[in-house]
Amino acid sequence: MNSSWSRFNITAIVLGFAFLYLPIVLLVIFSFNESKLVTVWGGFSTKWYVSLFHNQGLMDAAWVTIRVGLISATLATILGTLAALALTRYTRFRGRVLFSGMVFAPLVMPEVITGLSLLLLFVAVGLDRGFVTLTLAHITFSMCFVAVVVQSRLVTFDRSLEEAAMDLGAPPVKTFFQITLPVILPAIISGWMLAFTLSIDDLVISSFTSGPGATTLPMKIYSQVRLGVTPEINAACTILIGIVAVGVIAASLVNKQREVQRLRDEQAAQRG
Amino acid sequence: MKRPLSAVTDRLVIIIPYLWLLFFFLIPFFIVFKISLSTTAIAMPPYTPVLSLSDGVAALMSQLGEFSFDNYIWLTQDALYFNAYVSSVVIAAISTFLALLVGYPIAYGMARAPATIRPTLLMLVILPFWTSFLIRVYAWIGILKPEGLLNQFLLATGLIDQPLVILNTHTAIFIGIVYSYLPFMILPLYSALEKMDYSLIEAAQDLGCTPISAFWKVTFPLSLPGVIAGCLLVFIPAVGEFVIPDLLGGSQTLMIGKTLWNEFFANRDWPVSSAVAVILLLLLVVPIMFFQQAQARAQEQGR
Repeated sequence: MNSSWSRFNITAIVLGFAFLYLPIVLLVIFSFNESKLVTVWGGFSTKWYVSLFHNQGLMDAAWVTIRVGLISATLATILGTLAALALTRYTRFRGRVLFSGMVFAPLVMPEVITGLSLLLLFVAVGLDRGFVTLTLAHITFSMCFVAVVVQSRLVTFDRSLEEAAMDLGAPPVKTFFQITLPVILPAIISGWMLAFTLSIDDLVISSFTSGPGATTLPMKIYSQVRLGVTPEINAACTILIGIVAVGVIAASLVNKQREVQRLRDEQAAQRG
Repeated sequence: MKRPLSAVTDRLVIIIPYLWLLFFFLIPFFIVFKISLSTTAIAMPPYTPVLSLSDGVAALMSQLGEFSFDNYIWLTQDALYFNAYVSSVVIAAISTFLALLVGYPIAYGMARAPATIRPTLLMLVILPFWTSFLIRVYAWIGILKPEGLLNQFLLATGLIDQPLVILNTHTAIFIGIVYSYLPFMILPLYSALEKMDYSLIEAAQDLGCTPISAFWKVTFPLSLPGVIAGCLLVFIPAVGEFVIPDLLGGSQTLMIGKTLWNEFFANRDWPVSSAVAVILLLLLVVPIMFFQQAQARAQEQGR
């Protein structure tokens, strides 16, 4: 295959990845800029990070964002996993077409529509806008992403394992927790991480569904960006990028370790 | 196989997410439609009629009579809305095409890379998606500004002698959409191209095809499902995009997501913004159905 990994292919990948990464790299570099002008280098400094941590408004918003993210990602993971099970395990039930439509449509639905419709629902049922409505909205749009991630793992799952467990007398619930769940756990974890990322990242749906006292970090950043680009926002963005990068790298290391462990177990099983 | 206990859990597995999505995803659309037929009022909620059964059924019936399609007529009379819809679709279509042009070579290069480094490449494509959408759009402001990094670079290298005006133009929106949605284009393309049997291309070339005609006759048709999925994943959300036109396109840009946002937040006109949303949804129903069918088909194949 080496001949097909041609110069054209390598160039395409290098240019493509430069395009994907250069803006983020520049953003990170200029968060350490001494000068107040974002695009003129004035020497290395961490003063924007210091001023960031003294910005009470931003800190409050960050706290709200993290709480909403943790709660909504967890609930979205449970609901999304159930939805994925429903889609893969039950090929025939009343309203299945509608159900799969409701799982897939939110993935591409323009955020302004989702945000507006959720807000009008909350007003119609008389729920005050704030932390609760924000969390409910985030659960709703992120559970569908979890469902898709978990579902893609479930379709390749070897069901004979479950059947074997049940033939040996394990009740279905026990079978699920002892056989199915450990196998699909990596997908559930990446689903949770995706839901968390989507939640802490969301601006549009949050703007519609949150109320006074529940301003999220993206909402805060957005309102500051509209007034102009400042190194302080670069610093805030760099911290967010750092958190995400650490999370993703940790997750992939854990995954790799599990994979190695699994291969070792399989080899041991074959030998034994 | 069915056991009595599993019948109950089976039903719960379906019913819980089903009810959640019905209540938080489907029913809200009907509310949007209902409010799009209402009239703006200075009150909370800012529209009439507010349906309630507290005044009895007769009052409810007379309230129902107040509904009208006035908001939709208003949308057709003001050219602003029509232009916003058209330019959203045009901008989204151009951006989708550009994303395909940029994404295809990358996906192709990845699919033909040595199998050992493919997972790493795949992770590198997904990684930017994990960083905030808002941050990625914001990063481009610093690059595209008149005194921004791109202009500084081009001026320093002597390629131009006057700064280019890119920020607050359609070009900036195209760049923003292509950049933000590129992973959505690359991933389906890659999974289509990776599955392909490359001996087919060798066969075509042995039979006298030039590499370029082999690409158009063999590779591209075989990757078509990926092309379609990628284009839909970029096009549909791009039509209703708000953040990118708002931050990169400046105040002159007309896109329907921005119009809806302004109607709602600046003008506080809930009924008109609901009507804008209903028409946007109607516009996207066909591509969304296509997307769902493609998803369902992929799911059947994966089984």
